[in-house]
Amino acid sequence: LGMGMPGRAEAQDNEELVPNSFEDLTSYNNYYEFGTGKRDPADNAAALDTSDWTITVDGLVDNPGQYTVSELLDGLTPEERIYRFRCVEAWSAVVPWNGVELADVLAPLGIQDGARYVAFETVVQPENMIGVRRQVIPFPYVEGLRLDEAMHPLTLLATGLYGEPMPNQNGAPIRLVVPWKYGFKSIKSIVRISLVEEEPPATWNVINAREYGFYSNVNPNVSHPRWSQAEEREIGGGLFAAKKPTLMFNGYEDEVASLYDGMDLQEFF
Amino acid sequence: MVQTINGWLRKVPASWPLYIGVSFWAGWVFYRGATGALGPNPVEALEHEYGQLAIKLLILGLAVTPLRKWTGITLLRFRRAIGVSAFFLVLAHFTVWAVLDVQRLAGVWADIVKRPYITIGMAALLLLIPLGVTSNNWSIRKLGRRWRVLHRLVYPAAILAALHYVWLVKGFELEPYIYMAVILVLLAARVDWSRRLAPIFGTSRA
Repeated sequence: LGMGMPGRAEAQDNEELVPNSFEDLTSYNNYYEFGTGKRDPADNAAALDTSDWTITVDGLVDNPGQYTVSELLDGLTPEERIYRFRCVEAWSAVVPWNGVELADVLAPLGIQDGARYVAFETVVQPENMIGVRRQVIPFPYVEGLRLDEAMHPLTLLATGLYGEPMPNQNGAPIRLVVPWKYGFKSIKSIVRISLVEEEPPATWNVINAREYGFYSNVNPNVSHPRWSQAEEREIGGGLFAAKKPTLMFNGYEDEVASLYDGMDLQEFF
Repeated sequence: MVQTINGWLRKVPASWPLYIGVSFWAGWVFYRGATGALGPNPVEALEHEYGQLAIKLLILGLAVTPLRKWTGITLLRFRRAIGVSAFFLVLAHFTVWAVLDVQRLAGVWADIVKRPYITIGMAALLLLIPLGVTSNNWSIRKLGRRWRVLHRLVYPAAILAALHYVWLVKGFELEPYIYMAVILVLLAARVDWSRRLAPIFGTSRA
């Protein structure tokens, strides 16, 4: 795929993005429905039932309904996007996603005039999800984007990584990828997409608004109250690797900064 | 039964098996981290491994007295080695955090000052330093009664260590709360409640 593609390694530091190994990306995950340990999703997510998967589309759209993944992606061909992935916990990875632009999925649904935000919801399968039974955080996990963020060409609905169908622990069968935001915005295993007028709830923001803002754009200048966000540890680097500086908007500043023109990013963090 | 266990325990050397075991374990986990066996983020894994064993050993040390009171089993001979091992692991936990995780002295200081859960962890470490330094026969003789008073610093240190853990996690995880609860129970077990409560109930009758 072309080098001119947005998001592909044209960041400020001019560094070619080298993806982490499939093993790294599938053995170190946050997916609290399957436990809070980084290995828990890899160990427990085999129980996720992805058969008969449907996504409910509702709210301010002309064509609401229940869609299968293939219906939702009808006529679209997933492409590879190699993106930086920056977790709010100050570790990072490089992921070769396969997906389609969210905008291409939303447009045919007929977005109505009043729609200003997109809300997403993760599946809840208590019988298959040990973390849901333990109630470590409120479920279902929900997230949201402003409509212009959702329509940005960097924003993906991903259905795979490394050309493989999306592994369960990474959010099978379909998940969001918003590369300039902390990873928890990129909600996994989506079962509902709603076009709404008001800013929708976002799980971590609901749990602790002081620590997790609605926007949660990667920003080295805004510390998490409990740790600095100025640097990050690339996973897979071994015990002695140096940390590297975190880039504004995770390296996608040129592409997305204009979305936030005139906003105080310290306040809207 | 208790006598059999105590008799058996008396035959075990008081310190060196624990020192060798803990040192070997710490080296082994480090080796696993360096060779990729602890997953893609070995620094975090190593930090957690050392920190978790440290708090477990602190709890074991605090359990010695209640265990004797409740069951008659006495681990008193092992308590010094348990405490020194815990201190060693606290230092290892701190060193991994400072050297491999934060990596810069200025960053270490900034985190200690700015991040409450790190401030608390650091306070626990500082409280344990005089205990580590005086865990030898000479200090015990020299300090006399004051040694026992000094070593009560382990009580606040253990509470701070558990708080450090509770504060660190995202969302609701049971494990840090379990550590905190066990520590509080073990500390409460040291209080003579009938004597403490008698005057309160005695005077509140009026």
